[in-house]
Amino acid sequence: MSEAVQSLADRVRAAADAGTRLRLRGGGTKDFYGGTLEGEVLDTRLHSGIARYDPTELVVTARAGTPLAALEAALGEKGQMLAFEPPHFSQSGSAATVGGCVAAGLSGPRRIAAGALRDFVLGAVLLDGRGRVLRFGGEVMKNVAGYDVARLLAGSLGTLGVILEVSLKVLPRPVEEQTRRFECSQAEAIERLNAWAGQPHPISAATWHAGVLRLRLSGAAAALRAAAARLGGEAVAAHAAAQYWDAVREQRHPFFSGDSPLWRLAVPAGTGPLALAGEPLLEWGGALRWLRSDLEPMLLREAAARAGGHATLFRARNKSAGAFAPLNALQMRLQRGLKAAFDPQGIFNRGRLYPEL
Amino acid sequence: MGADERNPAIDPRRQQAVAAALRAFLPPQSVLYEAEDTRPYECDGLTAYRRVPMVVALPETEEQLRRTLQTCHAMEVPVVPRGAGTGLSGGALPLADGVLLSMAKFMRVLRVDPVARVAVVQPGVRNAAISDVVAPFGLYYAPDPSSQIACSIGGNVAENSGGVHCLKYGLTVHNVLQVKGYTVEGEPFTFGSEAPDTPGYDLLALAIGSEGLLAVITEVTVKLLPKPQLAQVVMASFDDVEKAGAAVAAVIAAGIIPAGLEMMDRPATRAVEDFVHAGYDVDAAAILLAESDGTPEEVAEEIAHIKAVLEAAGATRMTVSRDEAERLRFWSGRKAAFPAMGRISPDYYCMDGTIPRRRLGEVLRFIAELEKKYGLRCPNVFHAGDGNLHPLILFDANDAQELERTERFAAEVLEKCVEVGGTITGEHGVGVEKIDQMCVQFRDEELEIFHAVKRVFDPKGLLNPGKAVPTLQRCAEFGRMHVRGGQLKHPELPRF
Repeated sequence: MSEAVQSLADRVRAAADAGTRLRLRGGGTKDFYGGTLEGEVLDTRLHSGIARYDPTELVVTARAGTPLAALEAALGEKGQMLAFEPPHFSQSGSAATVGGCVAAGLSGPRRIAAGALRDFVLGAVLLDGRGRVLRFGGEVMKNVAGYDVARLLAGSLGTLGVILEVSLKVLPRPVEEQTRRFECSQAEAIERLNAWAGQPHPISAATWHAGVLRLRLSGAAAALRAAAARLGGEAVAAHAAAQYWDAVREQRHPFFSGDSPLWRLAVPAGTGPLALAGEPLLEWGGALRWLRSDLEPMLLREAAARAGGHATLFRARNKSAGAFAPLNALQMRLQRGLKAAFDPQGIFNRGRLYPEL
Repeated sequence: MGADERNPAIDPRRQQAVAAALRAFLPPQSVLYEAEDTRPYECDGLTAYRRVPMVVALPETEEQLRRTLQTCHAMEVPVVPRGAGTGLSGGALPLADGVLLSMAKFMRVLRVDPVARVAVVQPGVRNAAISDVVAPFGLYYAPDPSSQIACSIGGNVAENSGGVHCLKYGLTVHNVLQVKGYTVEGEPFTFGSEAPDTPGYDLLALAIGSEGLLAVITEVTVKLLPKPQLAQVVMASFDDVEKAGAAVAAVIAAGIIPAGLEMMDRPATRAVEDFVHAGYDVDAAAILLAESDGTPEEVAEEIAHIKAVLEAAGATRMTVSRDEAERLRFWSGRKAAFPAMGRISPDYYCMDGTIPRRRLGEVLRFIAELEKKYGLRCPNVFHAGDGNLHPLILFDANDAQELERTERFAAEVLEKCVEVGGTITGEHGVGVEKIDQMCVQFRDEELEIFHAVKRVFDPKGLLNPGKAVPTLQRCAEFGRMHVRGGQLKHPELPRF
């Protein structure tokens, strides 16, 4: 056990004995996300570095405190990437870490084609609420030994334990990318995106905002030429396109500025425009709808639920309505049970996911 | 392989009481307890383990299922869920004091939405039937385990089944959006949703691959993908197995993710070629099958790229499928690998370890040593793209001594997989078969977490008990046995 792990484990055991609450934190870039921040900070950044990376295995194992940018740079050198394009939300003086990235479970624009963060988690080393170092999953693509605890950690917001190390599947970067632009209404955009998704087009990202639909195509050069001819639209210059997708991923796009609460509505992709005041920004083929809105939280949550989805209060000064959509009684019982199985004293990130956890 | 831990005797009074309780709401033909009726359920695809269940229940409706679970829970009767019974790890092995819950009658396709690209099906629907039903829309369901014409989607969810296309298209967990079902207490639940990222812990991920230990599934929403316009496969020969392994790494290093990437060694290709005449090069030490799919432009570019990489890696012969018939013929051999073994040996035992690909040569040499040590042949088929090995030990089950050697052979291979950083099971599940090897892969603290997770869903431990996760006592005994046999686990590791 390394010194860093030893000191983290000591802190956890002491906290468990004393009933002290701990707030697990990497770069703090996602402090805004989720519920309340409670407890003494347990900084994971001392436990840093890429533990193993063999590009031909398509797997990288990194320690929790590894800067996400450093990991992506190492992959980039070998022509590979984290295909779920996780947002960093880094600002000057704070850099996202791998542990925080997995704990937050957020995916970026490429999710539409590649899958979500949770789809790429192959294994994890966890420091549980008793201060034990536990290994789940592994560094291979296919592994069905034991329950899929490593994947369960994706999006758990540090409430189950300290993710010490995580193994992620990586993929080759596309040979080429091209962005196409179309002018159309929101309803037309949703219809087109769903129709295209049922055909074999190399679409790797899509947004609609303010009357403009943008598609990113990724793949071999010949395939992109053929797809562009079939799909139509006008080409966006490569540099501007790269900046655009980065701005969407990192929420630097002007849509994301402003003071009104930022809502993240996840719905089945085919859902028509939601009858809610305010203009949304659509991602993921229509399945993700960002909305800046001062509407009653209840109204937004009901609208999302009617469509078969859920609404997250993503960024807001006042989160008294809860960051995440409420769970039914059975779901909450199971989630509380899981929390207790990993963190019996309830010391980790209390209230970050739900007040009950 | 795991031995039987539980009492094999059926208590006739208990049997009568449970059958009577179930007949209160199940039709008479849905409650089986006469030995001649329950015998067909005595094993799944792993036929080495057999046990006649106390009672078989075949509910047809969700209400009947809910009451079956409630009744069993109230009477504290263990329940073993079963799909099509094709599993290869004994996950559906019945219990002599339990109810075998067959989901075979839940076989309706409830909804196909070609625009949303989802199908909602009951768990008894066969894997291949989903792709058949949605084919008119140009869609398909991607995971394709070899048993896909027979296995059910419910079983696929329980095992997190894979197939030959997982490297590019993922496993069951990547292709299922939502499951509905009932807890052991008969409470209805929904895990996941057609919308992305359901709030809270990812219970869907936990349920998939849980081998029927956490809940019973009644409805599965699967993701459908547009059928690629074209698929072509390159068949390449190598004069050395390790060169073939290095060629696989070279393909990946070149930034190619083939739709399928399979390897077979010479003993495997010879057995298969005699059986299905797929056109394999039987003189090659190993052959690779690398498939590309997509638009005609993508496939043309990728096939050329794959050929160049394989040639540089030392391929001695390469053939590209000219048409769909030839492509299917190339695959027919790989897909018939298991039955082909049945032709050259009275029995075969299929392993399912996964290893980091870079350790392939070492593991194959280890297996070759074991062939000599145990005097048994072991051809290898390998999902090379994702590191999932299926060595097939040929043996005669009527020879008790040979069976025992086979079990020791298999155990050594699985433990080697763990030693090189892999896993004892890539896609077949632990079941009863690999339960002892779980003690090698996981430490007591990790197994404790698994037991704690199970208790959250099933506090009384009534759902498929004795499978997938060994008790700590069992591991303690297994560890002692290992030392007693003079085969200390990993003798190369320092012990103090």
